[in-house]
Amino acid sequence: MTKQINIKKGLNINLQGLAAKETATASYTPLYAVSPIDFHGLLPKVVVKEGDPVKAGTPLVIDKKFPEINFVSPVSGVVKSIVRGEKRKLLHVIVEADTKTDYLTFPKRNPLEMTGTEVKEALTTAGLWPFIKRRPYDLMANPDARPKSIFVQGFDTAPLAPDYAYVLKGHGSEVQTGLDALTRLTEGPVYVCLPAGQAAPELEKAQHVEFVRLKGPHPAGNVGVAINHVDPVNKGEVVWTVNALDLVFFGRLFSQGIVDLTRLVALTGPAVCQPAYYLCKPGMALSALVEGNVHKEIPLRCINGNPLSGERVEKDGFLGFYNSQVTVLHEGSDVHEFIGWVMPRLNMFSASRTYFSFLLDKLMPKRQYDADTRVLGGERALIMSGEYDKVFPMDILPERLVRACIVKDLEDMEALGIYEVAPEDFALCEYVCTSKIEVQKVVREALDLLKAENGED
Amino acid sequence: MKSLRNLLDKLKPTFSEGGRLSMLRSVFDGFETFLYVPNTTSKSGTHIHDSVDSKRVMFWVVLALVPALLMGMYNTGYQHYLVTGQSVGFFQTFFWGMLAVLPCVIVSYVVGLTIEFAVAQVKGEEIHEGFLVSGMLIPLIMPVNTPLWMVALATAFSVVFVKEIFGGTGYNVLNVALGARIFLFFSYPSKMSGDSVWIALRDYFGFGKAQATVDSFTGATPLGQAAASVGSDSMTLTNAVGDPLSLWDMFLGLIPGSMGETSTLAILLGGLFLLFTGVASWKIVVSVFGGGAIMALILNAFAVNPYMAMPFWEHWCLGGFAFGAFFMATDPVTAARTETGKWIYGLLVGMLAILYRVVNPAYPEGMMLAILLMNIFAKLIDYCVVQQNIKKRMKRAQVAIKK
Repeated sequence: MTKQINIKKGLNINLQGLAAKETATASYTPLYAVSPIDFHGLLPKVVVKEGDPVKAGTPLVIDKKFPEINFVSPVSGVVKSIVRGEKRKLLHVIVEADTKTDYLTFPKRNPLEMTGTEVKEALTTAGLWPFIKRRPYDLMANPDARPKSIFVQGFDTAPLAPDYAYVLKGHGSEVQTGLDALTRLTEGPVYVCLPAGQAAPELEKAQHVEFVRLKGPHPAGNVGVAINHVDPVNKGEVVWTVNALDLVFFGRLFSQGIVDLTRLVALTGPAVCQPAYYLCKPGMALSALVEGNVHKEIPLRCINGNPLSGERVEKDGFLGFYNSQVTVLHEGSDVHEFIGWVMPRLNMFSASRTYFSFLLDKLMPKRQYDADTRVLGGERALIMSGEYDKVFPMDILPERLVRACIVKDLEDMEALGIYEVAPEDFALCEYVCTSKIEVQKVVREALDLLKAENGED
Repeated sequence: MKSLRNLLDKLKPTFSEGGRLSMLRSVFDGFETFLYVPNTTSKSGTHIHDSVDSKRVMFWVVLALVPALLMGMYNTGYQHYLVTGQSVGFFQTFFWGMLAVLPCVIVSYVVGLTIEFAVAQVKGEEIHEGFLVSGMLIPLIMPVNTPLWMVALATAFSVVFVKEIFGGTGYNVLNVALGARIFLFFSYPSKMSGDSVWIALRDYFGFGKAQATVDSFTGATPLGQAAASVGSDSMTLTNAVGDPLSLWDMFLGLIPGSMGETSTLAILLGGLFLLFTGVASWKIVVSVFGGGAIMALILNAFAVNPYMAMPFWEHWCLGGFAFGAFFMATDPVTAARTETGKWIYGLLVGMLAILYRVVNPAYPEGMMLAILLMNIFAKLIDYCVVQQNIKKRMKRAQVAIKK
């Protein structure tokens, strides 16, 4: 059964630097890291020592609250260093990789013949569990919870997002095995969210699942939108979400018995010389991807993920656990724009009609924009009304909810639908905000507060 | 441009924290961000941001007010020469009007911005741009004969007691410009209403020596005349020298009234610009005009005097109706903020404005009172709209529990 959802609200931002559909090779790096900072709210515990030999699939870190959840090494080699930050916060466990990857083996099984508990055990042991996230709170899923349904993100509409059809090409059976595993984890349905037009054929052919077809501008690809329209989260309910690109790893675990996290990562952004797809593993040193492939003469910002909701990462940092996209932007801190606020700024994009980009885009729909990371204004109180509504295609009043989050009014937050949203759903609100309010941060802090107040794990 | 940037960079340490002039930090920052877009980059959340900011939005409103301002200047001169029976050229008319209007604008900006700068400095915040708009609105809704000290007093009162004590731009409950007007309206009623305040007859900077008026002179606004006609059987609206007004005259705005509100044409020019750029909510504008029409039609149906029979298009063109609809009711901070709420809010503003006008002759113009009253009720309207959303979610949760 397929559900059709048409979305009118939203915004497509056409940036320069979309990855060409060709696979290039990243330069060699022996450095890989498991970074607990990729997992919001995780209390990590290191289970290896510097100098320990590890295989691909060997646990490096475990979750203190749920010790059965492993975070495993993506490569085989030797633990090089354990990096801690302020207050001894664990930042990275760095592994120096061998030239040839040696895999830890796991039993090969058909997930359809397994029970939910067995699937859970297999995923947690092999370090794949963290790929399953949950609403409410937008955190790694709690293995003890019983989700009423699971949503699989089957396309991405964010600026410069990777093309799922290209990335998943040839991985049909692995994706299906992954989906089969998901069906064991819930008594409810597994929904696969697909675009109304051309979708990845590997996902279109999927079995044992239900389809949600979404039509419209970004954030149509965000699972949050599908959840809100199809199976909204009420207080006390849990929905899990998985990205279809990560299902390949699930498939490899069950069919080949190994943890092979090799994936295509789209290197994108206006500051990249040759935007393309690169074969990498999560945790790879970012320099291997970026160095020699970016415009150097200006300050740059690397982002794990897309420019709207990705995480900033330093050049000596590592590829994020969840990310199939790396964006490089001009930082813009060296730009001093003379009375820019009153200029026509024909080369800059705006959702507001006080600029001409809305007219120019009608004349030249393929126009692409450069963008840097400047905030382009000072933070103010909320002045303009209805701005968030225009880019928030859910049955939620975004401005009200954000206000409740700012003043930390838990009752109002619950009443207005905080359980249904993730910070990424507000990324466009933050982008268009005239008052330059850090909306995603506000929502993230509110979710953390709510979780603590509710005493949930 | 480079030398200007260098100068700013050189001065910056003096005005930064710990610098000799750090007590003027906000002022310096205000000028710097006015000249150069700040180069601060995003710390959290989205890495890219829309090019729009509050400076641009506020400035666009000021731009939209320019036609009304220019037309107001011309009309001030026009009324002066009309009632004194002189016939002069276009430029002299405009120039004389400018001499009368410009001091009010300058006083309003100087007083308001001084307070804003001081408050920003005390609070250690950036200077907020909200007053750029209020500072222009305040003179445009004053009668031309308002003494400058009153403009200054009203502006100061409004900025402090209508806006800043609530927390500044974005937190005020009432429209700041209307706050200034209502302060004068109730404190100095003789200077804000009646027949002698709308047409400038004194000289400005030595220009246009006070002249005797023509015999047929009447200083009342059309709405004043209409209110005065209640009780009699006939109502003829005239201009300042007693010629009857056509709808076209009302639309063009060569009639007595507050400085910027008379010309519906000029307001429409600026107003449509605001709607086109999306700065003002078209929902509010449409519903204010719609509400006005509905109330006028209701009054038409029960008309017992000529004023009640006045057609709605005349109501639209007279007084501050159009000005209020485009520039006052749409103030996003004080209007309803939910989309459904905007329809209800606008409709009630329009209906109340016409009701006040026609049914209560003590207040010839109802737009100010209607908008201020609805400013207060906007929060209630929003509350009701939000409750609908909340109830829907509660209901859904209860169904889920039953399952």
